[in-house]
Amino acid sequence: MIRFDNISKRYPEGRDALQSVSFHLPAGAMAFLTGHSGAGKSTLLKLIALLERATRGQLFLDGENLTRTGKRKIPLVRRKIGMIFQNYRLLFDRTVFDNVALPLVIAGHRHQDIGRRVRAALDKVGLLDKERALPITLSGGEQQRVGIARAVVNKPPLLLADEPTGNLDPELSRDIMRLFEEFNRVGVTVLIASHDLDLIARLGHPQLRLHQGHLLNPEVLSIR
Amino acid sequence: MKLPAPLRVYLLRHAQVALSSLGRLYRAPLASLMTAAVIGIALALPSGLYVLTDNLQRLGSQWDGGANLSLFLRHDVSIEQAEALKAKLDRWPEIERLRLITPQQALAEFRQLSGFGDTLDILEENPLPAVLAVKPAASATQPDTAAALKRRLQALPQVELAQLDLQWVKRFNALVTIVQRAIWVLSALLALAVLLITGNTIRLEIQNRREEIEITKLIGATGAFIRRPFLYSGLWYGFGGALLAALLLALAFLQLNAPVRELAGLYQSSFRLHLLDMGQWLVLLSSGALLGLIGAWIAVGRHLATIEPG
Repeated sequence: MIRFDNISKRYPEGRDALQSVSFHLPAGAMAFLTGHSGAGKSTLLKLIALLERATRGQLFLDGENLTRTGKRKIPLVRRKIGMIFQNYRLLFDRTVFDNVALPLVIAGHRHQDIGRRVRAALDKVGLLDKERALPITLSGGEQQRVGIARAVVNKPPLLLADEPTGNLDPELSRDIMRLFEEFNRVGVTVLIASHDLDLIARLGHPQLRLHQGHLLNPEVLSIR
Repeated sequence: MKLPAPLRVYLLRHAQVALSSLGRLYRAPLASLMTAAVIGIALALPSGLYVLTDNLQRLGSQWDGGANLSLFLRHDVSIEQAEALKAKLDRWPEIERLRLITPQQALAEFRQLSGFGDTLDILEENPLPAVLAVKPAASATQPDTAAALKRRLQALPQVELAQLDLQWVKRFNALVTIVQRAIWVLSALLALAVLLITGNTIRLEIQNRREEIEITKLIGATGAFIRRPFLYSGLWYGFGGALLAALLLALAFLQLNAPVRELAGLYQSSFRLHLLDMGQWLVLLSSGALLGLIGAWIAVGRHLATIEPG
């Protein structure tokens, strides 16, 4: 699903965020991306979502070479990816329903279709009764579940999460991770950046370890 | 006729965005109304001046048809000779009608209109010449043909002076033309103002919705999807402004209509103020909407590109 081929990323101010990173995350896999803050986790995820461009190397998503993707094609690439953020990034002036519906509206789905799919996604994250609520009235864990519902509502083949449990207590974090495992079980590829090492260790998925822009153990994915 | 499905979906989506942009403006009525009012005033000004000059021209053209010539005859031309001249000129095809005003008639008329009755009695002899009032035929009412007729009449030996009353109409028209040019310049400046007003309003809206724009870009929104609501906002601002301008024009018209009719009545004229016809109303409304759209387009082009999710 994701293949990094000697990817390097240097920011304009001269900082090397990633250096010669290579790995292959097969379709249907679930993996964690770990490392200290500043190790390059966020940069790696941003490269996949084309929020940043690699300075060197080749990057493939679902067989497509992203290093050659033109500016106008970027939205289409992003529609293949469900993205989840540490600070949820919800629209606070819209209801839960409207937030979750956003990817479908963008993709131009029919009205009836949208209602059905949004309710299915909310049902999966256990928030079906909150569809009319405003995000501000929800707890942190609930807001993140809205974020997840929004990420999966258009059934993308890949989920990327950047510190999805960073603002949540351990119990809620476990619930959220369990949700990701459920999506992975039905075939969605999942890559989660996190530094919650205790939680990750208990879940037992492969971990890609980044240290100062270097990937320490690319072989962890191919061994399985 | 049934539209093909993709086109129907496309149009439906546009209609949805158009309505939701309108709804967004409606939810902040005061701010929206103020922007629309500024645009409305900017549009009402040139439109009002246009209506004004249009009416002046109509007024001028009403008198244009009466572009009369006055032939002041020489003092030594007797009444009989004047009558003979009249009979001769009556056969000219360029002349529709002639009227001889004898010195006595002229004096009597002057006495009546001027109020100098007693003073005129002091004069030993009548200083006024005989006058032939010439109404040219329709073929000779254009400025150049009328001038040619005037030259022919001036050349007659009995004629002291041939005066074309068209002169003031020409001057009046020239004045109106200058005013119209000035209105074009003013219109261009005010159109620019409308562009800047909508552009600035849309720029602020983009800044206010920065977070939303970033999130929708993250989720895979195309540039067109993000642009659309802002373009429709601009369109609505312009259209709303044009509606207000139309309202202002109509109000001004109502204020002026009765006094103008009264004044025209005093001059035995059937002149009526003329506002705009259907096509001109449509031009006003659509140019307002178009200006709003262009203003929004400029703002969107400049400011949306700078917002990238990070």
